[in-house]
Amino acid sequence: MAGELIVQVEGLTKRFGQRSVLSSLDVRIGHGEFVALLGRSGSGKSTLLRVLAGLDTEVEGSVRVEGTVSVAFQQPRILPWRRVWRNVVLGLRDQGRDRSLAERALAEVRLDGHADAWPRTLSGGEAQRVSLARALVREPDLLLLDEPFGALDALTRLAMHRLVEQLWREHRPGVLLVTHDVDEALQLADRVLVLGQEGRIVSEYPLALARPRRIDDQLGVRAEILNDLGVTEYAST
Amino acid sequence: MTISIAGDVVRAPDGQGESPPPGRGRRRRRPDLRRWISPLALVVLWQVVSATGLLPPDKLSSPWTVLQAGVDTARTGELGDAFAVSVGRVGIGFVLGASVALVLGVVAGLSRWGNYLIDPPVQMLRTLPFLGLIPLFILWFGIGEQPKVMLVALGVAFPLYLNIHSGIRNVDDQLIEATTALGYTRWERLVHVVLPAAVPQTLVGLRQSLGIAWLALIVGETVNADAGLGYLINNAREFLRTDVIVVGLVVYAVLGLATDAVVRLIERRALRWRGN
Repeated sequence: MAGELIVQVEGLTKRFGQRSVLSSLDVRIGHGEFVALLGRSGSGKSTLLRVLAGLDTEVEGSVRVEGTVSVAFQQPRILPWRRVWRNVVLGLRDQGRDRSLAERALAEVRLDGHADAWPRTLSGGEAQRVSLARALVREPDLLLLDEPFGALDALTRLAMHRLVEQLWREHRPGVLLVTHDVDEALQLADRVLVLGQEGRIVSEYPLALARPRRIDDQLGVRAEILNDLGVTEYAST
Repeated sequence: MTISIAGDVVRAPDGQGESPPPGRGRRRRRPDLRRWISPLALVVLWQVVSATGLLPPDKLSSPWTVLQAGVDTARTGELGDAFAVSVGRVGIGFVLGASVALVLGVVAGLSRWGNYLIDPPVQMLRTLPFLGLIPLFILWFGIGEQPKVMLVALGVAFPLYLNIHSGIRNVDDQLIEATTALGYTRWERLVHVVLPAAVPQTLVGLRQSLGIAWLALIVGETVNADAGLGYLINNAREFLRTDVIVVGLVVYAVLGLATDAVVRLIERRALRWRGN
């Protein structure tokens, strides 16, 4: 990790009643770094993302996030009563209601010509791309992705992986991708973190391979990560 | 229209359900003429039994006489005056009741304490049959314009309050969170998410409350009116003028339909994003 950090989390503990979902967790994300956070369901991955997004502030420990943050959720969460481009400029808040900025962002997610469409007319993948355009239009320093491909069909998901990778290369935000899909993480990330059941990072895998990647080249890491996640039958011998 | 206090919250249609609004856009459906056969036959039958003396005019006048009475009362200005007075009563009563409903509904919908303090008494009061309050209203407001306007206001306020309140309470938390993550303040979230999200349910309330408004007016006007459509009808009763009574009833019906059509028009414009 290069000097500048965009996210610096130290000793983060989050409790829901008696249960700690995250306990004394440390995470660092560098400028422009693509980090994937893997974990079984209920391991607190989304909780960490919500803390970084400022949606959950009742925590112990120190959380520092620099610059502008954007979030894309598993559901697109776009406003059904606004046309597509007006949903995109929501990401700009008050800095103008500039249609041309929205159109540029829409072109980047391959939705040119959909600016005036109503959200209900979009497919799941298209709606998710609008959500991505809304996140990117504000030129975030940190992009938080909360299983944004989880609800999409397999083919659309693959297309979205390529799109996200390309957008990341062009804009270079720091990215935290929360997912339970190991292959997705191996495809996209510079570094994979595995969050254990006890609410701490149990292992960390830097991925040095050039992109685009092939899963075949990473079978070793894949087996290790699956092992960390408690899936042992694939473990290499 | 329903005689209950219309306290029930009917969920706003999701666009697909409900009967399609008539005459939408370019592809207007041709009216099926077969559906007109029986209504016309009934009118003809009515005319025939009236003409043969089977139905005496002091019980019910013939359709033709009714039509003439309509033209006559319109020509003398009687009908127009009555119309203006009644519409005025509904208008003032509606604005009054709707304003109260809007303020209370928004406050109870948005603030936790507002909800604790406002919602319980409103929910209790809405179970009262409001038309049964007429004797009290006469004691409180006399027999002039006030009790009539207040009755309309009261009838309007409940269904509108209930729908505004539930419209705001049921806003999708996920959408609110999405704007929170973008750094929107409470006020901005209100403007961009909460209020627009409550519009469909509010329009359902608007339609219910306008239906109730006419009902309240009709009942209110039968009590000691000295002007308005209710007066026209009651006055006609004294002289056994069933034709004028029917004219008054028809005008009430047309007014009810007209306001409903206006709300449908507003719905079509405001809810375009939901499609047909």
